[in-house]
Amino acid sequence: MNHEELLYAYAVTRDDGTPGAGDLETLTGVAGESVRPVRHLGLTTLVGQVPAAGFDEAALRASLEDVAWLEKAARAHQRVIDAVSAGGACVLPLRLATVYRDETGVRRMLADRHAQLGAALDRLDGCVEWGVKVHAVGSAGQAPAATGSSSGAGPPAPRAAMSGRDYLRSRAAARHADEEGARREDEAARGIHAALTALAEQTRIYPPRQGSLAGPSGRNVLNAAYLVRRESGGRFTSAAAGLAGLAPEDGVRLELTGPWAPYSFAGQATTGQPTAGEEIP
Amino acid sequence: MNPGHPEHTALTRTGSGIGTRTGAGMSAGLGAGSGGADLADILERVLDKGVVIAGDIRVNLLDIELLTIKLRLVVASVDKAKEMGIDWWESDPALSSGARRGELGAENARLRARVAELEQRQEETR
Repeated sequence: MNHEELLYAYAVTRDDGTPGAGDLETLTGVAGESVRPVRHLGLTTLVGQVPAAGFDEAALRASLEDVAWLEKAARAHQRVIDAVSAGGACVLPLRLATVYRDETGVRRMLADRHAQLGAALDRLDGCVEWGVKVHAVGSAGQAPAATGSSSGAGPPAPRAAMSGRDYLRSRAAARHADEEGARREDEAARGIHAALTALAEQTRIYPPRQGSLAGPSGRNVLNAAYLVRRESGGRFTSAAAGLAGLAPEDGVRLELTGPWAPYSFAGQATTGQPTAGEEIP
Repeated sequence: MNPGHPEHTALTRTGSGIGTRTGAGMSAGLGAGSGGADLADILERVLDKGVVIAGDIRVNLLDIELLTIKLRLVVASVDKAKEMGIDWWESDPALSSGARRGELGAENARLRARVAELEQRQEETR
């Protein structure tokens, strides 16, 4: 291995879960490189040989701040993880930009972390991750109950005809309606989470997405990941579809992504005990 | 599964069938340009989750955390990032409480303007 090349590591599996050379043949990684296994002590790390000029410390530091580069790398990283886990193997995805100098470094990592990695692979074996996001779809069904003296049409606006008192009153009414709607949406999200948690081995709650995107998408009231056994996948997705069908009645919309490799649960290999049945804060 | 297509994440189902019922522009806001994969979903995982092991090349956790903050600043000014749906770090408590303060501030300003308007009208009728 020459000094101009580094090894970008994507994932760790057990030797027997490693895809065959044929399956890896068409696969390309973050630098368009081919992906190959590095085996040690019964574990395999999938790596790609990448140019040092693009993946040494300084280059990565700069690249990670380039949104276009980041998107390309993230998608490529995910593509490799997907391809490896598609075969049914348990795959521990490594975080983006885990880079080694050579195979010796990769083997040393497999030896140093052998117990933790093995335990995580055992724990997650046969499971995949599903992502569920619930968004509030806005106040279509919940007209602001303006009880003030102003006309019912339109939102209260501090215009000439309205007295200050009426303005404040209608603002309060609108706010009350908003709060009522938000309460209903939160409750719906809690219900969905409880129903899906019952079908999952473990759950993880992500911070809800907020900000500019909330406009078209609606307020994100639940952003969660569920660790589900592969054989229960059908049951989980049917349940999600059923809940999605009912969601509009509660003013929310449900979105399902997956199956993913168990990203949200693999990290526990380094942080200790899993916490099942996590509650929505 | 066809790993040959960079833009195609075959295992990711975003908003197809499920979730598009209301027609609220999910696909318009997220996953621009991808074959259905939501970039924010992917970044949320590959950047923020997965097994964290130090490689020989040190891109440590702190760097990644800095990155999300820096990216957030980028997002504030670059439409492309918004199109791509990169905004999950806005849920950072410190940052989102800032957003809430902004909202309150705006309402305060509106109310102050209203009060000024009323006071002026009272002056005029006197």
